[in-house]
Amino acid sequence: MSNKELKEIIFIELKKVAPECDPTEVDPEDNIREALDIDSYSFLKLLVGLCDKTGIEIPEADYEKVFTLSGMLRYLSSRVA
Amino acid sequence: MGEFRMPSLGADMEWGRLVEWLVKPGDRIKRGDIVATVETQKGLFDVEIFEEGVMGEPLVQAGQKVPVGTVLAMIHPEGIPVAVEIVTEVPPAATARIEQPPLETPSAVSAERVACSPSARRLAAELGVNIEEVRGTGPHGAIQRSDVEQAALKRKPAPSAEPAAPAHVETAASATLQQGMRQAIAAAMSRSNREIPHYYLEMEIDMSRPLRWLETENLKRPIRERILPAALLLKAVANALRDVPELNGFWLDDQLQVKPELHIGFAVSLRQGGLITPAIHNVDTLSLSELMQAIGDLIERTRAGRLRSSEVTDTTITVTNLGDLGVKTVYGVIYPPQVALVAFGRIMERPWAEGGMLGVRRCVSATLAADHRATDGRRGSQFLEALNRHLQSPEKL
Repeated sequence: MSNKELKEIIFIELKKVAPECDPTEVDPEDNIREALDIDSYSFLKLLVGLCDKTGIEIPEADYEKVFTLSGMLRYLSSRVA
Repeated sequence: MGEFRMPSLGADMEWGRLVEWLVKPGDRIKRGDIVATVETQKGLFDVEIFEEGVMGEPLVQAGQKVPVGTVLAMIHPEGIPVAVEIVTEVPPAATARIEQPPLETPSAVSAERVACSPSARRLAAELGVNIEEVRGTGPHGAIQRSDVEQAALKRKPAPSAEPAAPAHVETAASATLQQGMRQAIAAAMSRSNREIPHYYLEMEIDMSRPLRWLETENLKRPIRERILPAALLLKAVANALRDVPELNGFWLDDQLQVKPELHIGFAVSLRQGGLITPAIHNVDTLSLSELMQAIGDLIERTRAGRLRSSEVTDTTITVTNLGDLGVKTVYGVIYPPQVALVAFGRIMERPWAEGGMLGVRRCVSATLAADHRATDGRRGSQFLEALNRHLQSPEKL
């Protein structure tokens, strides 16, 4: 899976929990939970969505590595087949 | 013979619009069945019935806006044949109170039911589109969401085929809903502030132990079954309320009515603004996994506008968790006629002194706002102590 595909998946899942946002306008270094007002329930839903598409289960201990879009992309691309 | 009335979906509701009947005259109905969809200032609700019997002719038609308490239909006891009568006139008692919407033709609505998906019907109500005037393009001419969107667009002066137009229509509808919700919240909160002598108690709770337990527990679970700290907090509140039941109930007719059921209202913020606090029923009887499922289900349905009437009518106490926003302490405003509100701030690391040592612990600030007419500070503080005690034994939650 290429970085481009991963990015698309992240954007699609992000739109599901924050429908009014435009993921392309989010600063890749911003904390998405704060920038897009994503509560802990929606954040878990986002991770479940990503897991469905990529097969990667992000453990709780790694949450802080995926709080930004760039971090999330790095995390997934280093683990995806 | 029973009467099915426009329910009061919260202390702040004065009227409701009957959007759709989901049962027909002659249908057998039982307790808990969803029989109608009603629109209030806070959005659309699926209304349940609490009687058994056979549905009579509707006295209020789809599209009509009536005050709370108006009889919507009669419920006949089972076994007695229902005289099929076409009600052309509403009873005089009801007539005076019914506000007829200018654009609707109620008689036509009941005459022929339009084939239409529930979600399209819901969208039509949200956008203010008359479903009778929509041309369906689905199977057998059924109306689909896209047809409703088209109809909503046509109604507007054509904005020269601008692709962003549907968004404008939705924005207009949601702006009206938001305004209504703001007014509903304003009415309830003003009443609370006017009538309820609040007292506040606050306790800093060391969450290290429950969170460590939760992290170990979540490691064993697939991602879909992970439990959020909010579920621990809710369950601990339920257990503490069993120890101090006076905080769970209503203040009505100048006296406290303690409720045996623990239907905990859970504040859910809506992305477009405003909030709804639907209840999770019998929280004390749910396991943490069941409670987590109930929380997820409730959040999804609240945000999709698919709540049942009982979830907004029988809340016995409210819990709000603003921790996600990063505030440390929340002082809540009680939702009348309830007598207490429990609020949690953000779980964060704080210096913690214990046994002559200073350390760093993950803590949460729990605040109780309670009605001083119903309880005193001593009972309130016993509740917070019980809450802490239950949280420190997470394996028993």
